[in-house]
Amino acid sequence: MTAVDLGMPGLPTAPRGVGHLRGDEPFPDAARTALRNGQQRANLGHATTTIRNKRARVVAELPDWAQLREAGRALKAATMARLDDHLEELERQVTAHGGTVHWARDANEANEIVTRLVQATGATEVVKVKSMATQEIGLNEALEAAGLDVFETDLAELIVQLGEDKPSHILVPAIHKNRAEIREIFARTIPGVDPGLTDDPRQLAMAARAHLRERFLRARVAVSGANFGVAETGTLCVVESEGNGRMCLTLPDTLITVMGIEKVVPTWRDLEVFLQLLPRSSTGERMNPYTSTWAGVTPGDGPQEFHLVLLDNGRTAVLADEVGREALHCIRCSACLNVCPVYERTGGHAYGSVYPGPIGAILSPQLTGVEDNASLPYASSLCGACYDVCPVAIDIPKILVHLRGEHVEAQTRLTPEAAAFRALSAAMSRPWLWHLTQRASRLGRLLARGKPTLPRVLPPPASGWTRSRDLPTPPTSTFVESWTREHGR
Amino acid sequence: MKVALFATCLVDTLTPQVARATAVLLQRLGHEVVVPPTQACCGQMHVNTGYRREAVPIVANHVRAFAGAEAIVAPSGSCVASIHHQQADVARRAGEHRLADDAAELAGRTYELSQFLVDVLGVTDVGAYYPHRVTYHPTCHSLRLLRVGDRPLQLLRAVRGLELVELPGAEQCCGFGGTFAVKNADTSTAMLTDKMANVLSTHAEVCTAGDASCLLHIGGGLSRLKAGTRTVHLAEILASTEEAVTPDQTTRPAMSV
Amino acid sequence: MSAREDVLGRIRQALGPDRTTPAEVVRDYRLTDGRPPGDPALLDLLVDRVEDYRATVLRCAPEEIGATVAAALDQGLGAGWATRDVVVAPGLPAEWRPTGSDVDDDRPPVQLAARSAAVTAVAVAIAETGTLVLDGSPACGRRALSLLPDCLVCVVLADQVAGSVPEALARLDPLRPLTMVSGPSATSDIELQRVEGVHGPRTLLVVLVG
Repeated sequence: MTAVDLGMPGLPTAPRGVGHLRGDEPFPDAARTALRNGQQRANLGHATTTIRNKRARVVAELPDWAQLREAGRALKAATMARLDDHLEELERQVTAHGGTVHWARDANEANEIVTRLVQATGATEVVKVKSMATQEIGLNEALEAAGLDVFETDLAELIVQLGEDKPSHILVPAIHKNRAEIREIFARTIPGVDPGLTDDPRQLAMAARAHLRERFLRARVAVSGANFGVAETGTLCVVESEGNGRMCLTLPDTLITVMGIEKVVPTWRDLEVFLQLLPRSSTGERMNPYTSTWAGVTPGDGPQEFHLVLLDNGRTAVLADEVGREALHCIRCSACLNVCPVYERTGGHAYGSVYPGPIGAILSPQLTGVEDNASLPYASSLCGACYDVCPVAIDIPKILVHLRGEHVEAQTRLTPEAAAFRALSAAMSRPWLWHLTQRASRLGRLLARGKPTLPRVLPPPASGWTRSRDLPTPPTSTFVESWTREHGR
Repeated sequence: MKVALFATCLVDTLTPQVARATAVLLQRLGHEVVVPPTQACCGQMHVNTGYRREAVPIVANHVRAFAGAEAIVAPSGSCVASIHHQQADVARRAGEHRLADDAAELAGRTYELSQFLVDVLGVTDVGAYYPHRVTYHPTCHSLRLLRVGDRPLQLLRAVRGLELVELPGAEQCCGFGGTFAVKNADTSTAMLTDKMANVLSTHAEVCTAGDASCLLHIGGGLSRLKAGTRTVHLAEILASTEEAVTPDQTTRPAMSV
Repeated sequence: MSAREDVLGRIRQALGPDRTTPAEVVRDYRLTDGRPPGDPALLDLLVDRVEDYRATVLRCAPEEIGATVAAALDQGLGAGWATRDVVVAPGLPAEWRPTGSDVDDDRPPVQLAARSAAVTAVAVAIAETGTLVLDGSPACGRRALSLLPDCLVCVVLADQVAGSVPEALARLDPLRPLTMVSGPSATSDIELQRVEGVHGPRTLLVVLVG
């Protein structure tokens, strides 16, 4: 296939009916429910404040943070511009070192490939390293539907899995739970757990260790994601903390890694940038406890069968948008979630996608097509805190605004909102009509009946404001009007 | 210097005393103030809500209204940020390259009030008198898009009689966000509640900022709660003098201008 | 069409016929720490950073390595540990090994879980981040060795201590299976509070030579 002109039918987005990129209800509705959960808000406020401060401290420690950030941005931009070449090189190198590379157009295809590979080993159990890509495609559900037992081994993922909950954060999927709630889940669901289990985080971590240890030791197949895949050497990289990743990457006979195509980096040297940016941005540590890298298969050390599944699932559709493609630069640190005033209050579930927070609000709608997640680009006050902390300088507010434009322009029927904005545009571009409009707003004075504020009960959309805030009574004259009257033209 | 004042659509329509204060302040500092009568809006609300095509004629009107101005000053970080970061982009996207160039050129001469005072005029003591306990909320677009930094605080510290108290969690958004306040009213209100809690914790009489829009939000919330703390734009504080101080300076519209 | 051809074709379509040539990536961040590997200040920095992760550092002279490894095991396992409970990397110099310790061989890796402690060398250490890098060489051992025993002792030689991440990566072979270790295993999954000791070794002891 050769290059095709832009303007051809759009590239396929992530399919419906599989995976976890679409919510059941629009963000404002989901948020309304979430905001009532005071315990969750307290947990999130506590956790995000802790991590924000840790991040700020270790970032300030590096005198060259700004240069690293710019290098990270430039490396990602350069990689995307030659994504096809880098993926082909990655495939060559992984293959040369004893791995097998598979390509998946979408979630269904990736799930089929992984299921087939697991079944071919004869194993009935799979241990998993926390991975956003496999959550995105709903791999666990697919494997379970094929009769396989899937064990999440990351502590937070385990909490979510045992609690029959959903992840709410990219890095810490159980961030919405506090220690007491986690103790309750463990006490209820872990067979043979010490009945004297307290909510001490150390004790809870030990309970998870005991619960999973046997599984690690008997596991024959593991599934992981990848933080980076180095094209020039075929080296895959997984960044983690607990050692559950190492268990999965080292002990089983077969390792299957599902990697989004945007995770490729051209050279080994590029990791010198990302391995500085990622840990400081994500857990606020100088370095995460464990980083594992491997190239294909190493005789006598680790899995002797390695499969790499390269996943599209809407990523090429994102790549086609010159403004929005920056979302593919994301290294999944979650710093933007931790500083987001919206995320901090609503939590991750309100976003309806495995990618919550600011990055989710630009990534999910692009992966699914903006109309399938149309409320997400509006789930931001555009305060810009996310852009400031992004280690690869993704201009999230700019892309949010861009996607709002894409949504508005995708409408085929005139909505009341669009009619109002068009009318306002007509007025604001014609001074005489604008002055007339401003004068008309003074009709609000009639509603105010001499009071300094308007009544609380107004029809929508004004009610969205007046339900919780007063709206001042419009003044008798605008500034421009009175100034012009005083000073002449 | 001859300064063209861009009142902004919101200030002009709802809080004209903020534009008046800006004009008074600049005149007191010895500058000539002109108010182009055909000005309307920078187009930010349209762009940020997704109506970027509809924003283009608004940008065109803005560029026409201020053509030839030596320096343009607005009492709003948000609108100035939109002029700097959005106007040329939306024009170019619509294929209006001439307009985009003109908008970019005009943006180069457009300043937020505190930046204009500190960077262009080189003053921090504007001779103001304001005998109140004041806390300052750095609005998001002033802080992160324009990078005004501590310029407003420098200006406030030089005001006679003013007691400046630090706002806890100052850099957190108040939840306004333009149409966000209506489209996501519940989340916006949750953010506002926390902002108000911080404002009230300072026991300040006045909460000030460089954006009338955010102050309308915070002030609207405080007013609903019948809290005593009022919101006053930075320009109004800087315009105040011993002679002209009024007992009830708030961003509620003055009944006469 | 195969999925491979399809995905590559989509990428080409997305980027368009006249894709922009990316600008050269400027690497104006610190490529070196400025101090040569093994510089005494770097060793002090490494100690500070490793201890910050709540790992233990024991410093010694080159001729004291064997005794210091034993002292580290005393700390990690408590006095009176049995040498058979300690498994060492096959390429670990003989004089570093506790007498009678078990030498790792090609046994099934899960059997290593029965051992209380492992002793390995490292390939490189990074002072600024407090990181030890094991590269699967005979002296570092296979990955399972530094993973399964609950106590890990790593011997770091002065000239293996690089200042920065870029310097360290340049000294590593990306084709080897690498494990970067920064403190004992840890989690921040409960209220984002760091707790040391989960699935990997709960105790990390570093013998720093020089």
